[in-house]
Amino acid sequence: MKANNYLVYLIALPLFSAALLLLLGRIADKWGHLLATLVSASTFAIGAYEFFAMRSRSGVDRAITQHVIQWISVGTLKVDGALLLDQLSICFVLLITGVGTLIHIYSISYMEHDENRRRFFAYLNLFIAAMLLLVLADSYLSLYVGWEGVGLASYLLIGFWNQRPAYATAAKKAFVANRVGDVGLSLAIIIAFTQFGTVSFAGVKAGAPHASSAALTAIGAMLLLAAAGKSAQFPLQSWLGDAMAGPTPVSALIHAATMVTAGVYLITRSNFIFDASSTARLLVVIVGAITLLFGAIIGTAKDDIKKALAASTMSQIGYMILATGLGPIGYAFAILHLLTHGFFKAGMFLGAGSVMHGMDDEVNMRRYGGLAKFMPITAITFGFGYLAILGIPPFAGFYSKDKIIETAFNAGGNKGWILGGAALLGAAITAFYMTRVVVLTFIGAKRWDSMAHPHESPLLMWLPMAILAIGSVTSGFLLSSGSALVHWLQPIVNAGNVEGGKELMKPLTVSLLALGVVVIGAGAAIIKYRTVASEAPSNISIFTKAARKDLYQDSFNEAVLMRPGQGLTDTLVKTDHNLIDGAVRGVGWTLNTISSAARSIQNGYVRSYALIMVLGTLALVATVWLVTL
Amino acid sequence: MKNILTVLELLPLFGVIALWLTPKENTKLIKQTAVAASLLTLVESFIAVWNFDIKFKGFQLVESYNWISAFHIKYAVGVDAISLTLILLTTILVPIVFIAGWHESEDGRFSPKTFYVLMLVLETMMIGVFAATDVFLFYVIFEAMLIPVYFLIAGYGRGERAAAALKFLLYSLFGGLLMLAAVIGIYIISTNQGVGTFDVNELSKLTIDQSTQNWLFLGFFIAFAIKAPLWPFHTWLPGAAKSATAGTSTLLLGILDKVGTYGMIRFCLTLFPGATKTFAPWIITLAVISILYGAILAIGQKDINSMIAFTSISHFGFITLGIFALTSQGISGATFYMINHGFSTAALFLTAGWIVKRRGSSQIADLGGLQRVVPVLAWSFFIAGLSALALPGLSSFVSEFLVLIGSFSQYPVATIFATTGIVLAALYVLLVVQRALHGEVKSGNESMVDLNLREKLAIAPVIALLVFLGFYPKPVLHPLNVATSTVMSQIGVTDPIAKADK
Repeated sequence: MKANNYLVYLIALPLFSAALLLLLGRIADKWGHLLATLVSASTFAIGAYEFFAMRSRSGVDRAITQHVIQWISVGTLKVDGALLLDQLSICFVLLITGVGTLIHIYSISYMEHDENRRRFFAYLNLFIAAMLLLVLADSYLSLYVGWEGVGLASYLLIGFWNQRPAYATAAKKAFVANRVGDVGLSLAIIIAFTQFGTVSFAGVKAGAPHASSAALTAIGAMLLLAAAGKSAQFPLQSWLGDAMAGPTPVSALIHAATMVTAGVYLITRSNFIFDASSTARLLVVIVGAITLLFGAIIGTAKDDIKKALAASTMSQIGYMILATGLGPIGYAFAILHLLTHGFFKAGMFLGAGSVMHGMDDEVNMRRYGGLAKFMPITAITFGFGYLAILGIPPFAGFYSKDKIIETAFNAGGNKGWILGGAALLGAAITAFYMTRVVVLTFIGAKRWDSMAHPHESPLLMWLPMAILAIGSVTSGFLLSSGSALVHWLQPIVNAGNVEGGKELMKPLTVSLLALGVVVIGAGAAIIKYRTVASEAPSNISIFTKAARKDLYQDSFNEAVLMRPGQGLTDTLVKTDHNLIDGAVRGVGWTLNTISSAARSIQNGYVRSYALIMVLGTLALVATVWLVTL
Repeated sequence: MKNILTVLELLPLFGVIALWLTPKENTKLIKQTAVAASLLTLVESFIAVWNFDIKFKGFQLVESYNWISAFHIKYAVGVDAISLTLILLTTILVPIVFIAGWHESEDGRFSPKTFYVLMLVLETMMIGVFAATDVFLFYVIFEAMLIPVYFLIAGYGRGERAAAALKFLLYSLFGGLLMLAAVIGIYIISTNQGVGTFDVNELSKLTIDQSTQNWLFLGFFIAFAIKAPLWPFHTWLPGAAKSATAGTSTLLLGILDKVGTYGMIRFCLTLFPGATKTFAPWIITLAVISILYGAILAIGQKDINSMIAFTSISHFGFITLGIFALTSQGISGATFYMINHGFSTAALFLTAGWIVKRRGSSQIADLGGLQRVVPVLAWSFFIAGLSALALPGLSSFVSEFLVLIGSFSQYPVATIFATTGIVLAALYVLLVVQRALHGEVKSGNESMVDLNLREKLAIAPVIALLVFLGFYPKPVLHPLNVATSTVMSQIGVTDPIAKADK
């Protein structure tokens, strides 16, 4: 492996920029957003340079490392602050800095009238730095720093308008749900250390073949818990919808394209753990399959455009998680879908932001309608994203999602039928809810009142949308032509060595099936939403009600975790005062009573002190007696 | 330079003499004198660090003079990395406390002059207690420290300060007396074995039978568990923290309580290795209860200061867990945790103190929307909170993770319970952050003023240290490792080896 000196700048530049913008305060208001955007663009430039440099090297020399500092060293635990750029992390570096820079540009205009725009850009830079650390770390413990750093940035950005209590609550909820996942990450690291004596990726990889399957399953399950927290997977998914409280560019960057996919990265990075434990893989596919359906169903009932897209993100990441549980080739397809999703979902979120921008921050799709006429660029770019997520050839999703469905069927046996069926059903529901979004927003009759003046967004906003739209069209084809990405990732995920079992279905069959269900889903939505009421109907089926309520995950958490937790807290606060402290005060009172009987003249302080002296002397005598015995 | 440690102990007392000569009315001069004395002490502590050999195992900068020859009691001082870092924590925090709480001394029952006299006397004692290598000397300072703290709480605090101070005193006295019994017990044993000493190094070489060890161990341990404090010996702490001034609370929880966890390592572990191993599972249980109990109680507090006190009970649980795991990561993590908790609690108490002072109420419900009114103060409190929840990138993460990784191999179930504490920590910090800093600006908060330059100068070094040691803990962690390995070889324990052989 080659040592290299540029990697650290990827993290240091945005980190210092963020610190600078926060510390300078109002002085930097005029140019803060420009500096942040410039820094983000320069990280992309470094990323691109590293990518081409990597491509020009041959196989084994592609990964490079950089030792930055000696971080922690206690006993046998040695963790260096070192960075690792390999074929997997470069994919993320390009995604993060590329989409990140586009979103910086978009935000210059989107946040123009916010008095705290500088602070917003500082948080964005902080996010870029933390996310790059997450994907460049060479050990689980360094990864943890980035992992929590992106959580912090996410917390700050969800709560950017935290003067609204609901938004502040949403930020807190996201952080706490992530912390539940962090328990998993912590335990995974700790178990790995007790097993392998190291927490570096290379060390754990080398040790994995010698570990017991119980240990590997435990590590895998804990990593999955971590991934579920960060990537909004069942049962820790409930924070993502609320996270839409953040400004829309944040939803695009953090809560669609990059941070929420960190769980997929973690599992892919830990492929040596999951390859060695079929139980862990089974857990992964269960979580993935449940979430992809869960998210899709929720998506069908949301009237808030951002929440509909958030449900969709949850569902799409469910596909990726499902893929990572399907063995070596699955990792490559998960990353493929992650990258194409990064383009089309970020693009659609920016489209949603553009619509909100033109509609006075209205998010209720029932108050939209017929907007294509007023914001054509937004409608077209959003449309590209729509076709991509549906998986219509040749748009990006066709190449990535169909591969996952196909691999799911190929898992074989009942498992194959169940997983493949779930993935196919998910595709149908996706077509339904995404068509619903498009129909409600851009087509049909206008349902907004005369106060709204929908208009197209300025250049700085539509340009990033257009670039992402191009990605939605081309990225799938480019990444999978000649299995480019699969070959690129080969050294990491080892996909080639294990040709995935027997083919249950031919790729063409899967594609036709997928296309068929998509047409059915989309058609159903078109028929159902030809006409829409501007108020949400109240006479709805029990299923719609459940979907609107996020399938009762919040109610469940509230009933099973929050309420009992509050009850426990209240009880303990009372007993701490009455019981434990009371017992101690009781002893004090007894002492007082005895001593006041003995010497009623002196004041309480001296009295108690004297009595304790007596007791102490007794203890002393007893000890001396015991010692000399 | 000879007598570095003695000079270090005496410098705050020179400040006391200087204060004595200063006219009572000139409060400004009094404050300047006190700050000057504390800064001189800080410089001397750097000299101590300069003369400290990191690789050396055992006590350094030692001095020893006969004190009460009849009982072989000596004035004996010396430091290893554990005590030196705690002394450094003391000498750094005292001037910061002075500068941060510039007006703290003014509305007490006694004069400002008395406040600074008490504080400087306390500083001498805090340095002394960590430097003492004679068990009797340690005991005397351990007990004598109660006096200045008692008057600092009772004289300058808020609310039911007299009751809180008394409760603190009674608890500590009770523990102290148990310890005295144990101190005398071990002296008698040493006499019986023909050496007759209070020297901690000599005492650690004694052979004591198991049942005697157990009793003596408990005598020390209960005193330290009250001081630290560990559940269920904790009930004096929230009252004291609620009533004391921010500066007193900082020193009390940030440094003084560390005497408890420090004592566990210095005396419980090294003098009674057999008893340590016997009691370790029980103490681990108490530690985990403390972690979870303190955290849950912190979530339920309505008063910001008692909330911080309960977070400390949780953190002391982590420290105790690390110590009694008896692994190098556990003990190094715990000793590093002591330093980080000192800075992190200081940041919490000082920023909360500013908030309370400006608002005139310590009820969390009275706050709200502070981020819009006093952004710098709000950010400082927020970062202190992130340090309390051990955010990776801040120093407290390194120590907390070391404790967990060090205890898992010995006590996996207890460690899993302890790990859930990180979720509770997120809750107690973010709940108070949300209630105090976010939301609409509550009435009564609109006219709060943000930090002035003096206050910024006080909090900046604390935050800088939390960040710096988070990314580069080596300057502190590396010396602590040397001390930890000495402690471990004294007890006769070694680290477990990784299960999967490569």
